[in-house]
Amino acid sequence: MSDSDISAIARDAGLKQVGARPPLGSYLAETWRRRAFAMSLARYRLEASLHESRLGLGWIVLRPLLNAAIYGTVFGLIMDRSSRPGDIPFIPFLVVGVFVFEFFSKSFGSGAKAITGNAGLVRSLTFPRLLLPLSQIIQFIIELVPMLIVMAIIVAAFGVPITWTWLLVIPLMGLMTMFNFGVALIAARLTVHLRDVAQIIPLVTRLFFYGSGIFYSLDLVLADNPAWMLTVAHLNPVGGFIGLTRLFVLGGPEVSTLLWVATLVSPFVTMAFGVVFFWRAEEKYGRD
Amino acid sequence: MAVTDPASPGVLGDPTVVVDGLRVDYKTFASGKRAKDRRSLMTRQRGVRIVHALKGVSFVAREGESIGVIGHNGSGKSTLMRAIAGLLTGSEGTVYAASRPALLGVNAALIPNLTGEKNVMLGGLALGLTPKEVAQRYDDIVAFSGLEEFMDLPMKTYSSGMQSRLRFSIAVSRDHQILLVDEALAVGDKEFRKKSEDRIRQLRGEAGTVFLVSHSMRSILETCSRVLWIDHGNLKMDGDPQEVVDAYQASKN
Repeated sequence: MSDSDISAIARDAGLKQVGARPPLGSYLAETWRRRAFAMSLARYRLEASLHESRLGLGWIVLRPLLNAAIYGTVFGLIMDRSSRPGDIPFIPFLVVGVFVFEFFSKSFGSGAKAITGNAGLVRSLTFPRLLLPLSQIIQFIIELVPMLIVMAIIVAAFGVPITWTWLLVIPLMGLMTMFNFGVALIAARLTVHLRDVAQIIPLVTRLFFYGSGIFYSLDLVLADNPAWMLTVAHLNPVGGFIGLTRLFVLGGPEVSTLLWVATLVSPFVTMAFGVVFFWRAEEKYGRD
Repeated sequence: MAVTDPASPGVLGDPTVVVDGLRVDYKTFASGKRAKDRRSLMTRQRGVRIVHALKGVSFVAREGESIGVIGHNGSGKSTLMRAIAGLLTGSEGTVYAASRPALLGVNAALIPNLTGEKNVMLGGLALGLTPKEVAQRYDDIVAFSGLEEFMDLPMKTYSSGMQSRLRFSIAVSRDHQILLVDEALAVGDKEFRKKSEDRIRQLRGEAGTVFLVSHSMRSILETCSRVLWIDHGNLKMDGDPQEVVDAYQASKN
């Protein structure tokens, strides 16, 4: 019996090929049908982290707070006052930057481990792998709630008036979630192909950290440099999300039109590209 | 070497799994140097080494068959199971199946720092059950595993036998047309093994196809109607359990 005869038996019996990547539409539909899995995984991971250390969930807020305290002490003293807008109190300026950046860096770092860190699940069960990065993002959305509340309390405690524009942070975080999801998907696939990527992630994160103006205003720092540098800085959506959050919560500083456009368009582009990029390697996850 | 004899005795149903010329290669970055080779780290060979795990395997499995898969360690049995389950794709050849095969393996740790209870929920959801269906079957799954008193403990505190019992119980909670069991029975105690073998026979009776990888020839002979012998990535023999097992055991001496 030759090989083609065997395939003919399969075709006659109406069998389907195993392991073939489904079309994007049915892949996304299957992901949606299994959404309960991603939600439960996110919730259980959070609950597990509650028991892992004494302060449990407290660390979600404490880590960025301590980060802000260190940056505030070190750079608040070292950096020149002219590097930040004079009309905005420094601590709220810094806290907004650190907290919003934390949402990005967590998504990027954990997204990269979404497949490689869940090898047990990937090797034993077949389900759309998109659910793994998705459950990570769901977990971070849940964690974002206490972070935003603490951020609001700190900002208000430093005398920033509470206004209606604060509510705009919610749709803005929705857009940032889409952007982060796209970044997580891209990082997840790259790490599977090339483990070396995992080593570069902290470096890229740091690059974004300094390129997003966490404790200084890029507009002021780059004022004396060639104009293209500021243009590049305004094209960075992470800096954009931070800039817009500051605008909505602190009432300033003003942001350029380019930054507005880049920040509002990038979530859609990044997420669409991320989903397609991730899906195209679906059959390769868990091969090694 | 015989591929399935079409005139084989017994009433067999339609094909459920068809494997056509399957080759699987693993790429590794191991340079494969001998230990005495004392070159420095900087001149490390960058060559990718290719391991041929399966070298062209073909067979047809039908409804109501329970197929034992035997072979020495590293012969490619588990690779074959993972390829049939769709967890890895071959470099050549194709696997066809009537429905999504479910694989049950020993190395399949679910999420170690979650409790048994939550792993049951997640496992059920990952198998495609709805939250409601998992809740309905929860008591049955736990009762089958016999681990009622340990369900609120993290799975990492379980012994390997307990872990595989729980995984097996989750996997068989759903009716599978095609079930692949990779050594999952070897770790359980005698009583659980008996219960599992009964369940496998029951699944097979429901017009399903069961593949069983095992090093226990007794287990293979008691549950299987056909045996595949995989040797160094080749399908060496395919046929009646007693004949294949005898030939396999003769080859080891």
